[in-house]
Amino acid sequence: MSEMTENNQNEIAFSSRQYLPFEESVAAIDERIEDLKRQGQTNSLQGQNAQEIRAQQVNLTALLKQIYSNLSPWQTVQVARHPQRPILSDYLNLLFKDVRQMHGDRAFGDDPSIVTALGQIGSQKVMIIGQNKGKGIKEKVVCNFGCPNPEGYRKALAKMKFAEKYNIPIVTLIDTPGAYPGIGAEERGQAQAIAVNLMEMSRLRTPIVCIVIGEGGSGGALGIGIGDRIAMLEHAYYSVISPEGCAAILWHDGAKAPVAAEALKLTAKDLLKLKLVDSIIPEPLGGAHRNIHDTVYNVERYITRTLLQLKRVSLDKLVDDRYEKLRNIGVNCARAMETTPQPKAEKQLEIPERLSIEAQLRQKEMERI
Amino acid sequence: MGKKKKANWNGFSLKPRKEMPEGLWLSCPSCKNMLYKKTVDENLGICTECQHHFRINGATRVEQLVDEGSFEEIAADLASSDPLEFTWGEQNYKDRIKVDPEQMNAHEAMLVGKAFIRGRGVMLAVMNFDFLGGSMGMVVGEKFCRAVDRAIAESLPFIVVCCSGGARMHEGLVALQQMAKTSAALARYDQAGGLYICVLTDPTTGGVAASYAMLGDVIIAEPKALIGFAGPRVIQQTIKIELPEGFQSSEFLQEHGFIDMVVHRKDLRSEIGRLIDYCGK
Repeated sequence: MSEMTENNQNEIAFSSRQYLPFEESVAAIDERIEDLKRQGQTNSLQGQNAQEIRAQQVNLTALLKQIYSNLSPWQTVQVARHPQRPILSDYLNLLFKDVRQMHGDRAFGDDPSIVTALGQIGSQKVMIIGQNKGKGIKEKVVCNFGCPNPEGYRKALAKMKFAEKYNIPIVTLIDTPGAYPGIGAEERGQAQAIAVNLMEMSRLRTPIVCIVIGEGGSGGALGIGIGDRIAMLEHAYYSVISPEGCAAILWHDGAKAPVAAEALKLTAKDLLKLKLVDSIIPEPLGGAHRNIHDTVYNVERYITRTLLQLKRVSLDKLVDDRYEKLRNIGVNCARAMETTPQPKAEKQLEIPERLSIEAQLRQKEMERI
Repeated sequence: MGKKKKANWNGFSLKPRKEMPEGLWLSCPSCKNMLYKKTVDENLGICTECQHHFRINGATRVEQLVDEGSFEEIAADLASSDPLEFTWGEQNYKDRIKVDPEQMNAHEAMLVGKAFIRGRGVMLAVMNFDFLGGSMGMVVGEKFCRAVDRAIAESLPFIVVCCSGGARMHEGLVALQQMAKTSAALARYDQAGGLYICVLTDPTTGGVAASYAMLGDVIIAEPKALIGFAGPRVIQQTIKIELPEGFQSSEFLQEHGFIDMVVHRKDLRSEIGRLIDYCGK
């Protein structure tokens, strides 16, 4: 075990890895490499099986590249729901320094499925707000599997107002299947809590960066998802309804979810083309769950850069721009819909399989000019 | 002539037939009485026996609410551009939203316009349940925002009658973002000091409830309307408990403090007029 951790500290240990249905061949190669290592009893770079291991690793890389560069929308949803995908607590541990969690909505209670915390990223103080799904059954139950109740949204708003007062930028990390549909949630006004958040976030006088790190489930995600920049991890999804829900409505059959996922255009690439998200944060090869540290590093880089950009803008302009951006979503609806210049837009936004953050930013600059 | 034969006999029955000639008679879902449609229509779409409020379409609602002939519709010609190019099975969304201008549902899921209610000038937005369940897509969002802009420009009170199942699935995230768009517009309206009154009717759920429906300065609801974030079926499937009686009704919401008043449909006009007077608009 020791040489393995030495070898690639960042990767999740093989023994505890979980595979998705479409990753069977990956699992086979992983197992083969692991066998070879055990036989060789040495570091993969020197031992008797070194050659073979290296060959297998090349295979593995090629295979992962092939699988992950053309994931179907439904596979993307599966990756976004992967049990080992990094969740908010991973980001709190690895990305932010000096984290101080703040609890309670000052009215009803504290909802563990939304975490609000002060933290530092580099030298920048930020208010972190995000849904926490929890790890392990016990914690998952406490966190309600990442489905917030109204008090969670009210807590988020209270802390955002606090951040506004002290000029602290806000970073929201979105990862929820949706707001919780329960009796208590309705009694305490789930709809009202989300509605107020939408209204207040649209005029909050401090920079807001939103990142969908896993599941972006409908109103539950949008409730903390209004900001100056919206980004998504490469294999995250963001949708108006879960693919299962959509399939149940249109086909009366939840098993049609893969088709529904296709139709809903919920992947990061599709949403970038629709200009609903500003950028895609690349994930390491084989998805965020294969290498949590690299994922966190990419997210960190994105946040630092974006906050630097946003801090240069005056608050008045920031709020105006945020409003304009929202106001322009779906603005081009007219009877003459045949004349929309679609081919041109397609050409501009054509994204290569793996686009670096810099390239995306450059592209956005170009668009602005 | 045994019992057996009687059980198999399925000819003439003394029970009233469930199917009635279309368009003439209505069955009240609340008191199960058969009602003559014309009587109900003349009674503002309310059951004459038990005061059950039927759903009415957008155009009828406008007719009932405003002073006769005062409604000037704006932005009437908007249509969705089908951003996702959504298809399912053999159907596609683009065909589904093609409207027949001759028909009453030619208004998409929302009509907006300037009108007078008891002599007070207002901007009015009325949702139309007949068009895809009154679901909110880009057209609803855009019409709503244009109405808000106009209300700010002319400093008019803004009145919205909600009747919707939520965000329109066929427009995906574009529809979801309309929640944000409408709420942001209302934030501007709020800062401009406008009076915003929402009237919630059966049903107001999902994305509409979680955005502009719950942001009113005054929130009025019609009696026994279904109002909530998640639909009752979704809740039942999730928690697997029988839902209490009257759950998510207007009265339930009033009891829990989310609605200012429950108002009978026939009092709606006068009530809105009075509220506008109180707010000095």
